[in-house]
Amino acid sequence: MGAWTDMAFILVVVLDLFLLASSRLGAAIRAVALQGALLSLLALLLTGSGHDVGHMLVVAGGAFLIKAVLIPWLMFRAIREMAIRREMEPLMGYVPSIILGGLGVVLSFAFSRGLPLPTNEMHPFLVPTALSTVWTGLLLVVSRRKAVTQVLGFLVLENGVFVFGLLLTDFMPVMVEAGVLLDLLAAVFVMGIVMFQINREFASLDTDALSSLKD
Amino acid sequence: MILFVILVPLVLGAVAFSWPDNRTRPTLLVVGSALHVLGIVSLWIHPEPPVLNGYLFLDAAGKVVLTTSSLLFLASAIYAQGYLRSRDDRDNRVFVGGLLVLLGAMTTVGMAQHLGVLWVAIEVTTLATAPLIYFNHNARSLEAAWKYLLVSSLGIALALLGTFFLALSGAAPDGPRSLLLSDLIAAGPALSHPWVRAAFVFLLVGYGTKMGLAPLHSWKPDAYGEAPGLLGALLAGGITNFAFLSVVRVYQVTNAAGEGAFARDALLGLGLLSMALAAVFMAGQRDFKRMLAYSSVEHMGILAVALGLGGAAVTGAFYHVLNNGLAKGVLFLAAGNIHRAYGSKRTDEVRGAARRLPISGPLFLAGFLAVTGTPPFSPFWSEFMILNGAIGTGRYWVAGLFLLFLAVIFIGMGATVLQVVQGSDEGAPSRPGFKDGWLTAAPPLVLLLAVLALGLWLPAPLLSLFQAAARLATGSAT
Repeated sequence: MGAWTDMAFILVVVLDLFLLASSRLGAAIRAVALQGALLSLLALLLTGSGHDVGHMLVVAGGAFLIKAVLIPWLMFRAIREMAIRREMEPLMGYVPSIILGGLGVVLSFAFSRGLPLPTNEMHPFLVPTALSTVWTGLLLVVSRRKAVTQVLGFLVLENGVFVFGLLLTDFMPVMVEAGVLLDLLAAVFVMGIVMFQINREFASLDTDALSSLKD
Repeated sequence: MILFVILVPLVLGAVAFSWPDNRTRPTLLVVGSALHVLGIVSLWIHPEPPVLNGYLFLDAAGKVVLTTSSLLFLASAIYAQGYLRSRDDRDNRVFVGGLLVLLGAMTTVGMAQHLGVLWVAIEVTTLATAPLIYFNHNARSLEAAWKYLLVSSLGIALALLGTFFLALSGAAPDGPRSLLLSDLIAAGPALSHPWVRAAFVFLLVGYGTKMGLAPLHSWKPDAYGEAPGLLGALLAGGITNFAFLSVVRVYQVTNAAGEGAFARDALLGLGLLSMALAAVFMAGQRDFKRMLAYSSVEHMGILAVALGLGGAAVTGAFYHVLNNGLAKGVLFLAAGNIHRAYGSKRTDEVRGAARRLPISGPLFLAGFLAVTGTPPFSPFWSEFMILNGAIGTGRYWVAGLFLLFLAVIFIGMGATVLQVVQGSDEGAPSRPGFKDGWLTAAPPLVLLLAVLALGLWLPAPLLSLFQAAARLATGSAT
């Protein structure tokens, strides 16, 4: 059990780095879906004696449905309609992205060592995994040009927030987790609509086309 | 009544989405905002205890921000009658429905005493606003809406992480284990300090993005530039004020936990940076609606500085929330009229607005004088209170920088405004069929008169409300 949990956390971080290096949109969406599936698995693995088991099942099931099935499906639909497959022309190259991402992982581990948890620690990898995933998401959003990739980055960021939220599951009401899931759905939903509109107006999903507003 | 003012706009919003007739639909805005103002008035006369386990309650700080926005929304709703009639070619279903949902969400932010509820409501304001920015359905408004959504979503995600940090800070077995403001404040120093600090940083960045503090303001010029004038008024005088209120909530907890000095330094830094950046970008701005966005960055900076100064300046901050909200209403509604009459918002094309629009043109000028703190308009007094707070606590360099930025902004903004208002309008582009009418000119006029009246005479109950809000924000004994 413990080894499985370790493995799941490590895989989440590995997927972060994979996303920073990946240039194929399809693979990137699959990676985000896999990360979502891992998160729901983690929610189950971390269920301890202090938890309401039924509640955790709902959280894990909801996370799986939304993060691993629904949103990847929407994203695949979006790229199919836009007819784009690869072509992420990053503002920052893949090698610098990976280096910064790796640095983020190291710093996250150092940072969380300096922050003692006031509650019982669920797993030593939890906080660093959450922080490095948030960092990866931020990096993806600011360093990529395609609207689809920026949305993917936002999803990764949300995944990081979700991992952190697992810490609170034993004493916080359902609302917090529901908020995360709802937010994810709503954000991507609206972003998706906006993206379709972008496609209609620009015939491309390149947010660089959106640069007529400058000072 | 607390639930009434939240539910009425939401229900009417749903009605608006299903209302078949494009011409009569905007009336729902007036109905909704009139009922909302009545509800707020009733809450002034008969204060109500907290509802829903203490999750919702209208305290002094919430009352200041909510009353400002309620009045501003009413003015915008009346303005919208004239504006949407002149835009009859466009389907206003999403616009009207979205505005009403926005009002409901803003009201929830104003009443939220639970940081989770607060976060959800802030999220809803973002989702409701993005489609409104896209009202003109062209490439530029799409770009603005996209930027707004992406930048705000990032801010909101970070704010959620900060909220989690705060929840964790009280997670010790004997801790509050709650996100209710009163529980967190009561626990105070027992909260885990490193996590409170980390939470404040993330929440300040998150809600600071919604406020549009520099350097997190990148969505603002685009959104304000492309959105219809009345939405600009609600963004600059409504949503950003509610984001400030959210920062105040977080500050309340941070201060109670004994990390107030750290928080105040961060607020002062970001506030002064915002004012400096606004001063730089205001000069030579060639688009008068984007110029107003930098004015909003400036005034959010002023609010952050005031909260960072603490003490008497915080009373000034709440006074300024009201003044800035009303003055921004004047500016954006007048700017919207000028934009409609010229079909352009570039200052090298638009001139002679005072001649072409005998009410909106002078109103734009008067609004500029008001918002930059010229006496006798009320923003002068609130800025004076904040300055007094800086000098009274011996922070002369803050006071000096504050004055310097205000002066530079006055000059920079003045040059642009005068270019638009003065001169002859011959040869300037025009869009036929738009003149100053009662529906579009009276709301900003009334708002300006309110700003003037508040500058000449501040009623005692209002002053004591600002003081109560400041006591609440700084946690000093009542």
